[in-house]
Amino acid sequence: MAKPQLPQVKPPSIDNLLQANKGLTAVIKKEISDHISGKRFLILVALVVIACLASLYIAATAIRDAGTDNFAFLKMFTVAGSKLPFSFTAFVSFLGPLIGLIMGFDAISGERDRGTLSHVLSQPIYRDALINGKFIAGVAVLAMVIFGLGLVTGALGILIFGVPPTLSEFLRIITFLLLSVVYISFWLALSLLFSIVFRQTTTSALAGIALWLFFSLFAMFLVGMIADAIFPVTDNSPASQIIKNARLNQWLGRLCPNYLYDEATVTLMNPSVRALGVVTLEQILGAIEAPLTYGQSLLLIWPHVVGLIAATLICFAIAYYLFMRQEIRA
Amino acid sequence: MAKAAQDYLVTTKGLTKHYGTLVAVDNLNLKVKKGTIFGLLGPNGAGKTTTILMLLGLTEPTAGQALIDGCDPTREPLKVKARTGYLPDNVGFYQDMTGWENLYYTAELNGLPQDVAKERIAWAVERVGLADAINRKVGEYSRGMRQRLGIADLLVKDPPLIIMDEPTLGIDPEGVRELLALIKTLAREDGRTILLSSHLLHQVQEICDEVGIFVRGKMIACGTVDDLGRQLVQGKRFSLEIEAEPLDEGLLNLCRSQRGVVELQQAGTRLTLLCSEDIRPQLTKEIVAAGYKLLHLTLRGYSLDEIYRRYFTKEEGKNGQAATATSKAAQH
Repeated sequence: MAKPQLPQVKPPSIDNLLQANKGLTAVIKKEISDHISGKRFLILVALVVIACLASLYIAATAIRDAGTDNFAFLKMFTVAGSKLPFSFTAFVSFLGPLIGLIMGFDAISGERDRGTLSHVLSQPIYRDALINGKFIAGVAVLAMVIFGLGLVTGALGILIFGVPPTLSEFLRIITFLLLSVVYISFWLALSLLFSIVFRQTTTSALAGIALWLFFSLFAMFLVGMIADAIFPVTDNSPASQIIKNARLNQWLGRLCPNYLYDEATVTLMNPSVRALGVVTLEQILGAIEAPLTYGQSLLLIWPHVVGLIAATLICFAIAYYLFMRQEIRA
Repeated sequence: MAKAAQDYLVTTKGLTKHYGTLVAVDNLNLKVKKGTIFGLLGPNGAGKTTTILMLLGLTEPTAGQALIDGCDPTREPLKVKARTGYLPDNVGFYQDMTGWENLYYTAELNGLPQDVAKERIAWAVERVGLADAINRKVGEYSRGMRQRLGIADLLVKDPPLIIMDEPTLGIDPEGVRELLALIKTLAREDGRTILLSSHLLHQVQEICDEVGIFVRGKMIACGTVDDLGRQLVQGKRFSLEIEAEPLDEGLLNLCRSQRGVVELQQAGTRLTLLCSEDIRPQLTKEIVAAGYKLLHLTLRGYSLDEIYRRYFTKEEGKNGQAATATSKAAQH
């Protein structure tokens, strides 16, 4: 009599897992080298580098004229001069999304146009290896560019001023750069989504740019209008009405990723920002005027960071879902 | 049973795909034997590409199942893709990468180790005759070169099953001849199974062991070219075309006197014999024996074009009304 045997559950073979991974690393390698050798990416990075160096120069002259106080090193990134009304952080906030959009707008639709999509997907890789690989490669290149730029700007700052950063300044800058990578990744995920939804590459690019312009130019204007319509404010409105208006303004604004990013950046790069939003006089009364520590600033912007990461992941998740379900026609 | 399953590399059972109300592939039962060349033939929009995409797991079937070497493409896509090489009709390569880089990317996606990949690429490139151009960017390639790079790409992957979608489209006659010869060696010498789709029937006729004729998502006939011809002419008269010199009364009489000849028509220098059986062997012997030079002899109805045209018109007549209804639906 043969003993009844336990049904054996076969674990997924390691070979298979490795195989899937190999596809992913191949895609990442290829995408990174594509980005770096691509002409349009070089043009864009050149633009951003010039803008940032210009803003550094302007900041340097502005700080020299005004003299330095605390956190001189951080000021190099945040102070705008009269000739060029942009600081380093403002440039990253304004042009960063453009980098993300340009890196992703033809990620899938371009492959479809050239007929490479069906070719790649008929190789033994999981379908998500392609989209994961593209996103990971994009984020990696973004991180290289942003960190490279931030550190070069910092190094030049040290050369110009001769002021080394304190530890907390250094941590703040690193956190700011990380935050910028997350923020631009959001735009990368969004453009990846558009490249899947829209079959035409130009439509996808235009949709991305339209959204970028909307958020950076019109969104806050619209938010103000809505807040004013719900809680109208005149010269002699009661204080509670004014506070309600300002709060609504802020909460609606926080639905925009660029507002979130800007608020977080200001808090990080300017330690004297102690609270976000409306502060009444009685709350300030008696408070000791002192800059926040790094940890406290981080605590203040923690919801912003989580919000940005969540927005990025939601965009990517939608893109992922659509791509997995999509018909692949040659 | 087990042996039968091994003989067939590709089988489909009731494979169906709907796009809204349009039925792209309708209840397809296909069997492709190992080591043979199978041709999916049919006009544009007959559902050939959709079938191929379902076989590769790039499109999910609405109903039914496909099995490639015993694996279901929707459940085990990696196994299927590892066993299958796919050459789409307009094969896509990255324009700003060289041919070699494109092939190397394929090798990497297939998880080949570096040294094996390099060796295989060199061998494949040599075999398709692209050695001179392999370090140029693919953007500079002609269509024929791109197609050959596509085949090199398949060779790098080295799969037992190769699926080609319209491989001869847009290539000059000389290129087509070379390409077909190459495809033939892939099957005959390497023992691979090849499934190819085409609407250019006479081109693929010579290399296909078996063909399936597709009209509007249905496979209306399947078998060897000879079988299809025989099925078609069964119960009908054979139609023989003859051209011989000199064309005189004696020749006409000789033809008329053959057993089974029902009617003789003359058009220019060509004679058409309608007969109740295949009289080619005795006819040729007698014509030559009588001192005539035989220039041309064909049995009409055996060429794939003919078969295809007849099947198509037959189907057209049957489904004429349904067909106009679906084409109207497709326009909306």
